[in-house]
Amino acid sequence: MSINATLIGQMITFTLLVWFTMKYIWPPLIGAIEERKAKIAEGLAAAEKGQHDMELAAKKAATVLREAKQQSADIINLAQKRANEIVEESKGTAKVEGVRMIDAAKAQIEQEMQQAQEAMRKEVSALALKAAGQILKQEIDKAKHKDLISKVSEQLGQA
Amino acid sequence: MATEAHAAEGATGYIVHHLTPLSVGEGFWSLHLDTLFFSAVLGALFVWFFKVAAEKATIGVPSTSQAFVEMIIEFVDQQVKDTFHGRSELIAPLALTIFIWVFLWNFMDLFPVDILPAVAGMMGMEYMRVVPSTDLNATFALSISVFCLIIFYSIKIKGVVGFAKELTCTPFGPWMMPFNLLLKLVEEIAKPISLALRLFGNLYAGELIFILIALLPWYIQPLLGFPWAVFHILIITLQAFIFMVLTVVYLSMAHEDH
Repeated sequence: MSINATLIGQMITFTLLVWFTMKYIWPPLIGAIEERKAKIAEGLAAAEKGQHDMELAAKKAATVLREAKQQSADIINLAQKRANEIVEESKGTAKVEGVRMIDAAKAQIEQEMQQAQEAMRKEVSALALKAAGQILKQEIDKAKHKDLISKVSEQLGQA
Repeated sequence: MATEAHAAEGATGYIVHHLTPLSVGEGFWSLHLDTLFFSAVLGALFVWFFKVAAEKATIGVPSTSQAFVEMIIEFVDQQVKDTFHGRSELIAPLALTIFIWVFLWNFMDLFPVDILPAVAGMMGMEYMRVVPSTDLNATFALSISVFCLIIFYSIKIKGVVGFAKELTCTPFGPWMMPFNLLLKLVEEIAKPISLALRLFGNLYAGELIFILIALLPWYIQPLLGFPWAVFHILIITLQAFIFMVLTVVYLSMAHEDH
């Protein structure tokens, strides 16, 4: 149980051990630990940032989608309006055209009617003259009654 | 059980035999070869294991041994950071060395008390005490080294004058100088003595109880030996931890300027 030179030997061993630990064991290990800690912290920060970015992107996507929907709705509305306009326009055009066609037809009818009347009148007057001529051949001298005949013929033409 | 030669001397002979170191030389200049040998081997084991881990240390995914070593390193580092607020290259590695070395010393206690002495006996060595912490020389070697560091840092940080002032003028002011000095000397000297005796006492008593259990009939030995060994796992770790923490505390006190 006595204290002896073993003490000195043990102190030397201890000093050597502490020196070795201080020089070759502690620094690389604590360095690795600290470095890994830093790396993990970095990784966690990056992950958080990624998540944040994703949230932002999702928000942006939603906005873009909403805008696109709005735009498409606008376009559809516009197209519908335009179609209505075109329909109205063509309706108007058709009406005008119809009226015009009716007018033309009416004018033609009038014209044809006049022509027919003219022709009829000529024919009637010719017939009347013929008939009158037939009747008068016996009684009226053509030369004596020339004035009268032309006068009647003129009156007929005016009628 | 006891070897044939000591069976005749009875239980006392057996116990004394187990607690006698293998020593050479006379008087102060004698050496306890078993203490020196086992503490050197355990120290070598410690630095080898940790050096291998340190060499293979990677900041990526650690191997099992690296994770284990890093766990211990972080534990020690945390203890040092909690207690010691200055910057020192020495204190954390010192604490680690003390913790692991003392733990390994104490761990020798868990080997069955007769195995290693029996092996030594076959090799012709009459005495063999395998637990270095049951040798006062070993525990005092640690605590006196720590004491030297305390004195060294006290003078380095506070200066010779500052340290002398602290020894003489606290806690009661300059008028009580002799009394202060006496108090302070007792306080300082109590540090290494308490460190060394605490470790020695715990492990010596633990070893003694293992030896006493080994004296019992074989069918009772496991009943007592097993619980005591399990309890001892706590003791050996705790004693190593206490030695480390107190060392750090004393050194941080040496660093504090009043």
